[in-house]
Amino acid sequence: MNKFWIVLSHTYLSKLKTKSFIISTVIMMALILVLTNISKFIDTFDSDDQEKVAVIDLTEGSLFDSYKTAVAGVNDELSIISAQDEKEADEMVNAEEIVGYLLIEKDDSLGFKGTYKANQISDSMVSNDLLLALTQLKSQITANELKLTEQQITQLNTPPVFETIALQENAKTEEDLNQARGLVYVLLFVIYFGVLMYATMIAMEVATEKTSRVMEILISSVPPVTQMFAKIMGVALLSLTQMILFFGLGYLSIKQNLTGMNEGFFAFFGFGSINISTIIYAIIFALLGYLLYATLAACLGSVVSKIEDVQQMISPMTMLVVIAFMIAMFGLGNPSASYITITSFIPFFTPMIMFLRVGMLDVPFWEIAISIAVLILTIILLGIIGAKIYRGGVLMYGSSKSLKSIKNALQLSKKN
Amino acid sequence: MALQIKEITKKFGDFTAVNNLNFTIPEKEMFGFLGGNGAGKTTTFRMILGLLDPTEGEIVWDGKKIDYTTSSLIGYLPEERGLYPKLKVRDQIVYLARLRGMRKGDALKELEYWLDRFMVPEYIDKRVEELSKGNQQKIQLIASMIHKPELLILDEPFSGLDPVNVEMLKKAVIDLRDSGTTIVFSSHRMEHVEEMCEHLCIMHKGSPVVAGKLKEIKRSFGKKNVSIKADFDLSFLDAYPGVTKVKDTMEGKILQVTGEDVAESMIRDLVPKGFVRKFELEEPSLTDIFIEKVGAVYE
Repeated sequence: MNKFWIVLSHTYLSKLKTKSFIISTVIMMALILVLTNISKFIDTFDSDDQEKVAVIDLTEGSLFDSYKTAVAGVNDELSIISAQDEKEADEMVNAEEIVGYLLIEKDDSLGFKGTYKANQISDSMVSNDLLLALTQLKSQITANELKLTEQQITQLNTPPVFETIALQENAKTEEDLNQARGLVYVLLFVIYFGVLMYATMIAMEVATEKTSRVMEILISSVPPVTQMFAKIMGVALLSLTQMILFFGLGYLSIKQNLTGMNEGFFAFFGFGSINISTIIYAIIFALLGYLLYATLAACLGSVVSKIEDVQQMISPMTMLVVIAFMIAMFGLGNPSASYITITSFIPFFTPMIMFLRVGMLDVPFWEIAISIAVLILTIILLGIIGAKIYRGGVLMYGSSKSLKSIKNALQLSKKN
Repeated sequence: MALQIKEITKKFGDFTAVNNLNFTIPEKEMFGFLGGNGAGKTTTFRMILGLLDPTEGEIVWDGKKIDYTTSSLIGYLPEERGLYPKLKVRDQIVYLARLRGMRKGDALKELEYWLDRFMVPEYIDKRVEELSKGNQQKIQLIASMIHKPELLILDEPFSGLDPVNVEMLKKAVIDLRDSGTTIVFSSHRMEHVEEMCEHLCIMHKGSPVVAGKLKEIKRSFGKKNVSIKADFDLSFLDAYPGVTKVKDTMEGKILQVTGEDVAESMIRDLVPKGFVRKFELEEPSLTDIFIEKVGAVYE
């Protein structure tokens, strides 16, 4: 047991001190700071970017002033100036004083006709806002002509009430589901990257020890099983350190921007009301998923004899993780589909897909318990087989063709 | 506390790597393990260390099987040198020593002692990949014996070193033996074994060809070498009865003879012919025995 801790702390500390780890952590933290402050960044870049549009009023009326008010109501960053004719407006466009101009004409059958001309029409924001303002203006004028009262106008503009209600009693409401989707989406990414990154790290670590032949000394002083699990736990601790840093920073940064958080972007991702149980399940499934794939990675890493072969060796494992992630991504839109239910019980997919179900639906507890039990059993089974492969694998040098090497490794570790 | 290797055989599938190996290594002695490439030396070492289980037979140290509970008593220098290339010497040795049951402080003290002794104290904060191959080997040797093991296994400890360093490391290993460590070491260099070991074993293709005390092996080998320098033609000796091998040198011949009696009659025949500058009866060297024994198996 004592040696377990020595290997664990060595793995943890030596990884923690590597340049690549420190650099990637710092970059990631900078990225988190940028992402959590994104609204501030957008504001700073956008504030002095007032866009001007010229309006040519061909209706002989005094539409310009009321239109200007309407546009200001729609988008206060869009300013309207008046122009006499298209020639003048064209010159202003060429001088880059305005982004484009709008012609407003009278049309007997339709009321108004607006034509927006600009060099670039890819920015639909401006034309949309202009249309919206024009529509408002038109309904206002029409209402005036029809002599509608204020109340009648309100009645006319109120959209119908539309609600979605789940028939199942404990099912989440549409609103809940949308909120959950954002959170689950982000956490799925975290699980995906975490499992892939740290499992690869384990495989590399084992392969490095093996190719540098330090393994032979290690294995003569520490049982391979102890070594393997100490290493897996050491990297797990490392990942926790990194995650705590990332989430801690993210949380603090979001809290700073709390006012901005309740609106738009963050509300869409469901951060407004973070669901504690979803977070807990994410931690459980991320850890179990990591353990499963790390055990697999340690075995695969132990049978290669050249560091260049590691990527090739673990590619089937990588594929499994990617497939699980793809299924989970498809499942986000329809988490109650039967293929999601089935795959959530397959241990290699459980960490992501069962988490998706738990996060999006109200899954009966026994289903979660079964999937976790199957997952833990698989980890133990893989651990037992893995320890054998590891024991033989680390003594084996030569070509590394996955299946054959694994068979050879098992043979080497046999009792007789 | 002898190391007993009791009739061990190791098979990998149909291939027999070690066949019926049987010997005892006395306590506090240095035991030489010789053999060509692929003779089964490393496999035997791995079985002694408990990394591989013998197909048949058993290995006991001090009456007990060697496993992870005894690992603090055992030191190992693998043939393929293995250290973490990116780790500093200090972190590396302290880590490996702690895995052998040493305390951090003691390990550091011992490491400083050994680096001083090998005259490379400045390497403590260097990464292993920055060191030359010979210096890496010093570090490797320190790693294998820093915890003062009772049983030390050295797989080709002196290969790839310059003569000064060979002497330095040899001295360290001999001191360790004198302080009570039983040492098993393998080598291609016969003179090292001849110089340092009392007992030895020559392996060939998994089977022991010769095993026992060095002196007895030499005696029972029977054949001796006669080195002759003379002013006259020696070619008649090539067909002399009792001569098994002839090697011409610049000024004379080295002959392998079946025994002392052959040498005796030879000198009587030589003296009347002229002036004999040199006539020396030598013990066979280990190289002779090795070539003879292993070569015989080849034929």
